[in-house]
Amino acid sequence: MTTTTVDIGEHAREEIPVGGNYLNQGKGIKSWLFTLDHKRIGLMYLISGLTMFFIGGMLAMVIRTQLLVPNGLIFHGSYEAYKHYNQVFTLHGIIMVFMVLVPIPPGALGNFVLPLMIGAKDVAFPRLNLLSYYLYVTGAIMAVVSTLLGAVDTGWTFYTPFSIQTETYVVWMVLGIFLLGFSSILTGLNFIVTIHKLRAPGMKWFRMPVFVWASYATSIIQVAATPVLGVTLLLLVAERVMGVGIFNSALGGDPVLFQDFFWFYSHPAVYIMILPAMGIVGEIITVFSRKPIFGYKFIVMSSLAIALIGFVVWGHHLFVNGQSAEWDAIFSFMTFFVAVPSAVKVFNWLATMYKGAISLTTPMLYALSFIVLFTIGGFTGVILGALATNVVLHDTYFVVAHFHYVMMGGTIIAFIGGLHYWWPKMFGRMYNETLGRITCVMLFIGINLTFFPQFIVGAEGMPRRYATYLPQYQPYMIASTVGAYIQLAAFVLMAGYLIHSLVRGKKAAANPWGASTLDWSMASPPTTGNFQQMPVVTQGPYHYEDMEYDGRLGGFVHVEPVPALAGVGAGH
Amino acid sequence: MSENAIATLTLASPEEVAGRHLAHHFDTPQQQFDSGKLGMWLFLGTEFLLFSGLFCAYAVYRMLHPQIFIYASRYLDPVSGALCTLVLVSSGFTMAWAIRCAQLGKRTALIIALLLTIAGGFGFLVIHGYEYFEEYQQHLMWGTHYHPAVNAPRQQVMVPKSGAVGGSWSQLNQLGKQGYLVAHSNIAPAAIGPAGPALAQRPADPVTAASVTAAASQPHNVQIFFGIYFLMTGLHSIHVIVGIILLTYLLVRAIRKDFGPGYYAPVDFIGLYWGVVDMIWMFLFPLLYLIH
Repeated sequence: MTTTTVDIGEHAREEIPVGGNYLNQGKGIKSWLFTLDHKRIGLMYLISGLTMFFIGGMLAMVIRTQLLVPNGLIFHGSYEAYKHYNQVFTLHGIIMVFMVLVPIPPGALGNFVLPLMIGAKDVAFPRLNLLSYYLYVTGAIMAVVSTLLGAVDTGWTFYTPFSIQTETYVVWMVLGIFLLGFSSILTGLNFIVTIHKLRAPGMKWFRMPVFVWASYATSIIQVAATPVLGVTLLLLVAERVMGVGIFNSALGGDPVLFQDFFWFYSHPAVYIMILPAMGIVGEIITVFSRKPIFGYKFIVMSSLAIALIGFVVWGHHLFVNGQSAEWDAIFSFMTFFVAVPSAVKVFNWLATMYKGAISLTTPMLYALSFIVLFTIGGFTGVILGALATNVVLHDTYFVVAHFHYVMMGGTIIAFIGGLHYWWPKMFGRMYNETLGRITCVMLFIGINLTFFPQFIVGAEGMPRRYATYLPQYQPYMIASTVGAYIQLAAFVLMAGYLIHSLVRGKKAAANPWGASTLDWSMASPPTTGNFQQMPVVTQGPYHYEDMEYDGRLGGFVHVEPVPALAGVGAGH
Repeated sequence: MSENAIATLTLASPEEVAGRHLAHHFDTPQQQFDSGKLGMWLFLGTEFLLFSGLFCAYAVYRMLHPQIFIYASRYLDPVSGALCTLVLVSSGFTMAWAIRCAQLGKRTALIIALLLTIAGGFGFLVIHGYEYFEEYQQHLMWGTHYHPAVNAPRQQVMVPKSGAVGGSWSQLNQLGKQGYLVAHSNIAPAAIGPAGPALAQRPADPVTAASVTAAASQPHNVQIFFGIYFLMTGLHSIHVIVGIILLTYLLVRAIRKDFGPGYYAPVDFIGLYWGVVDMIWMFLFPLLYLIH
């Protein structure tokens, strides 16, 4: 959008030293721990989230190593050993879902980028934002404590009655997740109010970038679904601590009610995970195709449609759990229906690239990987949503493969793509492009090698969550494990070049990719107040004809209307 | 912008007061107030959703086992419940009055109104706490703790507190077992084990049917009602306690002369919260106490 931003007047020059940015304005550990700056909070989310991702990833490596041989390489031979395997996959699931996939895309990228994109100085409630971060940390710590006391072995879904009976520390873990949920609610609430009330002058609803829309849809789900998870978890705690019996059939309760409650949150939650990813992919594809996004309003509306339809599909997790045939049919139909807005997005992205000037940078490669992997994951979701096939595939590795394609191949890939895309803005440094591309290809190969064989063994009947398997599946399992190790290598490489870029990386220009959204209109990294002067928005988010690459700066500059403002961001 | 406001504050007009409380990332006090209000409403929406899980559980079990609810609700004292309602509604009124006083800058009246509201909160807790205490004495508790017939110290308190409707409980139970009331229940009776397939597809359970005629006087699984009752009212009471803490915070700030025509947002927002706490009780009272 054409803006009157980044005009550093004399007044501003006095306030902010040359080279000053949000990273070095305010020194010392306290200036970070008590910061109200959305960018710093976003960064803290990023660091915490990547830490949890590392732990969850290592647990995944344990699982894959265990499954190298039919009888199990690590845990074998005894009931206790198999119980440890249960604990490992449970923790992997809990950490990845509740501490990485749900909170981190909004918490890290959303926090950092969203106020910049709509021309706000901060989110609406900065203190609440910080509280939300600390709730996240406390929840994560409680999860760690419960792991040390006696790691939960229920699976991440905590199905009753087993979660009432098991002797592991379910209560600690569940209370930790309750706090994580509260954190998620507060983030969503903050974003909704921010988007409603803090948009810059001229930033009309349909001038907002698609990532903002995706975050808005995500926030609606966070606010509307997470309280139900909260009360479900509280009921589970009451069940264990007080013996209330609402989910306990021995006391007249109904275990299936727990599943209904749980999935009422947890199915919309998968859209909490995927919607920000879709927003990121939209941003990346339009920038690196040098074309305005195709079907902007359709993309926006499909985000909202996914958020709304996501609330009425939870029953597809209960097809074989005693749900009536009528409800099965309704939920199956609604599940198919989600495919429509998802497909709208995919087709619009493809149409955006059509006849565009595509540059295959690292973020773009991630976006393309996302389209392929998400499409595979989405289509297999339709297979699972069909009643007849679901009965056969229920609780097999087919399900595992499906949601890993969507979550790993979808959310994580898009998140990493977004991380690369906004990396220069966040840290003011460029990473090594070649290594970035190699890593992306490695991850793409690794993910497919890990999860595609699981479709095959799942279709052949291999159940999920077992510590052992029949010898006939071993070739597939070996392929899967090799894929996992390739992913591990890719992540190690990524960590290496990203950390290296922080120290040695080339200084980033204000707008190295030539993006037209407001988040690229200020210097990289931004100053604490984001904008020197209130931006005034006069057109939609995507337009590329008025900027061109300036080799001296290593970034794009506006050729019109004010050539002078190009130097500002790149100058330091 | 806020620094400018702090610089000149000899004679604080409402606009200046508002400016002093303006956070750095808002442009106008109005924008800040609107944001706060929207945020508060969203938060209150999540509060409703938090309770909605329990309302859902209530609806499911009441639909499947109406006889339990009709039977057990008689052990709750509608008079005490009505008293709770009266106290809470009155405190809702004083809260609304407090907001008006804050807007008009009437400090003394604001303090009185807040004190009355806090007293209402405490009054509610005392009345309801006494109810809990009585129920505890009679072992009218949730799940595993429900065993009034065996351990009740005073047998006579087992008599339902409100008048009985026509028909005996054994008849009701019979109706239930014949599929009249629980035709679509997929919840097994107590001590039978996990629910399994829906009852409709299962042959009638002769053991339970027989024990129904034998035990006669009360329906099965009455503890479910008390579980739901304690969870709903307990969660609500926690909200009342939180409300009292927030009101005390308002009281301290009111005494410090923080509120006036230029700045009363916290009173307004916490007033909304208190209104929602009231409103949830308005649903709980008839659903739990007034079942016929």
